[in-house]
Amino acid sequence: MSEVKEVEEHEILKKVDPAPWKDVPLVLNNRDYKWVTDKICGIVEAKTPTWWWWCFITALCIASFTGMGLVYLVSTGVGVWGNNNPVNWGWAIVNFVFWIGIGHAGTLISAVLCLLKQKWRTSINRASEAMTVFAVLCAGIFPLFHVGRVWFAWWLFPIPNANAIWPQFRSPLEWDVFAVSTYATVSILFWYMGMIPDMAVLRDRATETWRKYFYGFFAMGWRNANNHWRNFEMAYLLLAGLSTPLVLSVHTIVSFDFAVANLPGWHTTIFPPYFVAGAIFSGFGMVLTLLLPVRAVFGLRDLITQKHIDNMCMITLATGSLVGYAYAMEFFIAWYGANSYEGFAFINRAFGNYWWSYWIMVSCNVICPQLFWFKKIRQNTPLVWIISIFVNVGMWFERFVIANTTLSRDFLPSSWGYYSPTVVDIFTFFGTFGFFSVLFLLFLRFLPLMPMCEVKSVMPQADPHADH
Amino acid sequence: MDIKYAAAATFSSAKELYDAAGKVKDEGYSNWECFSPIPVHGLDAQMGYARSKVPRFTLAGGVTGFFTGMLIVWFMNEFDYPLIVGGKPYFSPIYPFPVFYELTILFAAFGTLFGMFFLNRLPQHNHPVFEHPEFGRTGDDKFMIVIEVEDPKFDDEQTVNFLKEVGGQAVQIIREPID
Repeated sequence: MSEVKEVEEHEILKKVDPAPWKDVPLVLNNRDYKWVTDKICGIVEAKTPTWWWWCFITALCIASFTGMGLVYLVSTGVGVWGNNNPVNWGWAIVNFVFWIGIGHAGTLISAVLCLLKQKWRTSINRASEAMTVFAVLCAGIFPLFHVGRVWFAWWLFPIPNANAIWPQFRSPLEWDVFAVSTYATVSILFWYMGMIPDMAVLRDRATETWRKYFYGFFAMGWRNANNHWRNFEMAYLLLAGLSTPLVLSVHTIVSFDFAVANLPGWHTTIFPPYFVAGAIFSGFGMVLTLLLPVRAVFGLRDLITQKHIDNMCMITLATGSLVGYAYAMEFFIAWYGANSYEGFAFINRAFGNYWWSYWIMVSCNVICPQLFWFKKIRQNTPLVWIISIFVNVGMWFERFVIANTTLSRDFLPSSWGYYSPTVVDIFTFFGTFGFFSVLFLLFLRFLPLMPMCEVKSVMPQADPHADH
Repeated sequence: MDIKYAAAATFSSAKELYDAAGKVKDEGYSNWECFSPIPVHGLDAQMGYARSKVPRFTLAGGVTGFFTGMLIVWFMNEFDYPLIVGGKPYFSPIYPFPVFYELTILFAAFGTLFGMFFLNRLPQHNHPVFEHPEFGRTGDDKFMIVIEVEDPKFDDEQTVNFLKEVGGQAVQIIREPID
């Protein structure tokens, strides 16, 4: 019997033709370490390109709109913002959640993908972390000014003031203060710490004195010693471990701003996971929007490869589908919960006074990313970029739909209203894109846009047991 | 004037550095260090380093953060200025949990970063190893082993020869200038 069995196994084994596992290299064209160093440092060390100046000046002009809007708002009084409409949170909360959400992909790439040992993250994590920091700064503007008298905004923090009144910790808005300020701080720490070895490389290559001092100061005397690396790697892993629950908590707490309120359409337990999925979705949209042009302009095709784009597209697809599922589930629960107010809120969302925003949201967030199922589309970089813009637009409308449809049709028909943005809304929001671009352009110009040490670590040369 | 600081040898790959590091350790040197553009996988064990102590700072930061959060909520809303809001208790470990949670992470992150700085003795903007002409390339594509003069086993000739034996290229003595 056993002999027969053995023969059979052999027969089967002969027929089996396992497909060879194609491990796509993360850095193409067999580049060496020197090439990576020269490429990344070269971007910072080269003469400022003309296009950079044009972009920078344009971005500054756009950013000035935020300045104008805020000067007008603060000097005239908060009434010009249109906050006496029933939709008293207006665009402010929409923009705040929009920008905070964008930040989340950066932390996901730098922290969650690090814990999951996704090596492809290395070439995109620095720029994504930069995006996180800048997006959180943009987000902070809106609640800061929405408090009304901005010069009292520091009352949000537990600092003693002349009235001897402390912050009120039973409010989710106060939790938000802690969540967002912690998020901004930890993101900056993580971003900075990852940059220390690269700053040291720039310091050691520097020829001009200001560079030696600038990069030298931030490199803190880093020596590439193994003792340094040992503590650095541990600290990096720990910060990744801390940022992961942090990023999940931030958008959870942001969603509490809505979910803790007793309003139909907001008061649901699905909000935290739904907001986190949406945040990652919008963030990956923004990462694609930013990195595809960066890749083309700086010739980084060997470092940000098709594999990277594929992966980012697939995460966008997965989270976009999750968001679509959440939209459907909200409707289902509104019907299944048999609460007439909840039911009305959702019918009103899709077919009421803001029906157009709901359908913009669905087409951009649910339908559009489904195109990423197709390899042909993922390989068409300009098309991927256009879809990523749709994702950004769609996610802004998601927050608009949530905030506005509920507030414009609350329990008493006498307080119903139709909300349209004021000039302050439009100016401040439009300007944040300029503010964000200014910061991102400065980042591209002065800081290493990829973590060289991490990119080198995932190259085959990093293996101490391999023969070269 | 200058004084001798160490003997240094460069290597051109992670594998060469890894193999040489094992030999240096076996030879019984104690005051020595490897320099590399990347954290070389497994080099800690090869050099006989124990696990990093950064997690202790993280834990201390996290615990401090959690209790700081509890303390501020209790002090501000229960002790110093109690105010009834929404019929909720003045203090509870439940409702302000997001505050404790965020402060735990915030303080733990500071503990991690400053713990890393402390353990690496940073900032230290000057160090004799910077005097090595090839030092800058250890951040680029070169690997280096440095054996300090302070090592009890250090001997001008023997150490230099030993570094050559284990495959070191461009073996040289690093001198630290003093006024």
